[in-house]
Amino acid sequence: MITLSQMNPLEKGIIISIDADGELKQRLFSFGLRKGSMIKVKATSIAKSTMEVEVGSTLMALRYSEAERIGVEKA
Amino acid sequence: MKELTIALVGQPNVGKSMLINAISDARLKVGNFSGVTVEKAEVDFIFKAHEIKIIDLPGTYSLNDYTQDERVTKEFLETQTYDLIINVVDATNLERNLFLTTQLLALDKKMIVALNMMDEAQKEGICVDHDQLSSILGVPCVKVSAVTKRGIGKLFNRAVDMFHFPYEKSKLIYSEVVEEEIAKLSFFLKQKRYQSTLSYRDVSLKLLEEDPKMYRAMHDEPIWVEFMPLLKESLSHLYLHYDTKDVSEIFAQERASFARGAVRETVSYEKNYLGNMTDRVDRVLIHRVFGIPIFIFLMWGLFQLTFELGSVPVEYIDAFFVSLGAYAKTIFGDGELGSLIADGMISGVGAVVMFLPNIVILFLGIALLETTGYMARVAFLLDGFFHRFGLHGKSFIPLVTGFGCSVPAYMSARTLKNDKDRLMTLFIIGFMSCGAKLPVYVLFTGAFFSKEHAGNILFLIYIAGALIGLLSAKFLKVFVFKGVDEPFVMEMPKYRLPSLKLIWHTVATKAMMYLKKAGTFILGASVLIWFASNYPKYPLLEEQYAKQIALAQVDEQKTSLSNELSSLLLEKSYLGIIGKSTDFFFEPIGFDWKMTVALEAGLAAKEVIVSTLGVLYALGSDVDETNEGLVHALQKQIPTASAVSFVIFVMFYLPCLAASIVFTKESGSYRYLGYLIVFTTTIAWLLSFIGYRVSLLIL
Ligand SMILES: Nc1nc2c(ncn2[C@@H]2O[C@H](COP(=O)(O)OP(=O)(O)O)[C@@H](O)[C@H]2O)c(=O)[nH]1
Repeated sequence: MITLSQMNPLEKGIIISIDADGELKQRLFSFGLRKGSMIKVKATSIAKSTMEVEVGSTLMALRYSEAERIGVEKA
Repeated sequence: MKELTIALVGQPNVGKSMLINAISDARLKVGNFSGVTVEKAEVDFIFKAHEIKIIDLPGTYSLNDYTQDERVTKEFLETQTYDLIINVVDATNLERNLFLTTQLLALDKKMIVALNMMDEAQKEGICVDHDQLSSILGVPCVKVSAVTKRGIGKLFNRAVDMFHFPYEKSKLIYSEVVEEEIAKLSFFLKQKRYQSTLSYRDVSLKLLEEDPKMYRAMHDEPIWVEFMPLLKESLSHLYLHYDTKDVSEIFAQERASFARGAVRETVSYEKNYLGNMTDRVDRVLIHRVFGIPIFIFLMWGLFQLTFELGSVPVEYIDAFFVSLGAYAKTIFGDGELGSLIADGMISGVGAVVMFLPNIVILFLGIALLETTGYMARVAFLLDGFFHRFGLHGKSFIPLVTGFGCSVPAYMSARTLKNDKDRLMTLFIIGFMSCGAKLPVYVLFTGAFFSKEHAGNILFLIYIAGALIGLLSAKFLKVFVFKGVDEPFVMEMPKYRLPSLKLIWHTVATKAMMYLKKAGTFILGASVLIWFASNYPKYPLLEEQYAKQIALAQVDEQKTSLSNELSSLLLEKSYLGIIGKSTDFFFEPIGFDWKMTVALEAGLAAKEVIVSTLGVLYALGSDVDETNEGLVHALQKQIPTASAVSFVIFVMFYLPCLAASIVFTKESGSYRYLGYLIVFTTTIAWLLSFIGYRVSLLIL
């Protein structure tokens, strides 16, 4: 398992764990980011501080510090 | 006529505002939800002999308590009275949207789902079987497009029908695991003939969801002793199956799978949709290297427009208020009443209305950024930098706007949805030197530095202000708004062409809100300042000077005498008295009482600082920053160290009255205004003190 923050643009994966509580967890959930969802990294910002990912038909942005809490299996 | 109240609920960017705008012959009312700065739009219209009132609730992804928008929506839905919910969903992104729908179904209210963006769905080859979806959800689904206005009539037809039919419970079906436990618990309740207003299914469900109210109700009943072990067993089954003990997560998973299932059964893709415009545009706009330069260029364009184009009508507005003031004096006379109306009210309100063109252009730009979906990209690009100072990527817009004028800057902070992020941004906006401070800087740098250096010093002033602003944000983050970071996680909406009508509507509402403020608070405050600088009266003194002026031979002598009089009168006015009595506070940083009074007058508006200095140094009030007389007077009477300290103080102290009022409104409480006063004054004083002492040493 690697974390989402270790993935590069255009790589795909399946989420296998989310280590988050409260607001962050709910927020990820309501965007469809859950165990078992397919995720694709679309772009990263210049200093690797934020990344854009696609989950289902939703595009979303998150910080690397948040992506570190998401475990994925590369697909 | 029957009245019908509808709550409009949906996730952000699903087209709720657009839908409201698509209703013809509607009366729109915009205000705030009580006690918070969340915008509340209400529409009234007549439809089929019904008076329909729609309340547009803030967009929210789910019904939680985390952001202000979520709280407002949740609280409204749970505590207010309304007849029916219209849940607007984006048909091109159904699965995520239905997640909220499942939470709404649990509210047990009459509901209709409006499948919006059908035009776009058609273009993308997405087919939604709305009959099938209706039967899965147990509530009617209507296809609409807010842009083409198709289906809107049908939507309200259904709403009116629904209003007259009795409520039918929707049927949210959970996975087999959960349903099995529900069945077990319900069966036991039935065997025991348990008395309850709720159905056995609902009671069991609420207990499994750990609803505190339900537990409290059951806790005192005899059945509890026997029931508890069963419930425990059911829960442990769920824990085992889901590999977590977090019930909210289990049910979130349940709702998510329900939404996924519903989509699988009702949505089909006709053709392979290739034209993914968002992908292609994103490749350019959030490009690793070009993204930021492109953004900076766009911002530069916006500010050029705001302050260049915006300044054209400003002159006319100014001229209008000047002539209105003159006209008022012809009606009310040159006496006290005339002065109150012309110099107090009209010029005070005029000074605020003057910014209206700038505000309209700026908000037009911001509305464009928001409705096209670019704003989220801006946050994406800049968050790395701003987060280091504890700010959010979106803070950029309000902060840069602050260089123009703090009033629209405070208003634009609303794009920050999170309370802490917004408050922090609000607190440091004042440190971005606004346009009205420029005359002060030009005057002082011109008077105390050589021509070659003046430009650099000016630049330094602006940069230093911004830097201190960012550092104080860090300070606030560490000591005041501490705690875990709010998640940044946000949607990057699809790029969409803006709708003119929607943008016009947004801008017009903002402009109206601004004018309302000018007409109420600012009017009151202007009268106060006018009073403080014109009273008490000294008729003897005025008479004495009038005589001398009449006797004077040369014109020059006349003006110098009348300038001396106005300087004397200001010194003896309440404002002057206050200034002199608070002088001790400013002595350690090198101000004399004249500078103190000018600073305090500047609380009304920063432009006033220069004109007050003009009056106090007996040059009349018609001076500006290029006035040679004033420059000489300052050079002669103010030591350089004091001048440095003065400029520093102006950089950081409290924003003008209009801005402070807007700050209070946007922060949501007078308490925060109190904090702002303490915060800015402390920083201004300390930095001035350092600046003064250092200058004394080196100059
Ligand atoms: N194609 C299409 N675009 C729409 C429709 N409804 C809204 N939009 C666009 O979607 C964006 C978001 O709409 P808005 O009304 O601001 O969403 P709100 O956040 O729910 O109020 C805007 O750019 C609208 O022009 C629709 O039915 N079809």
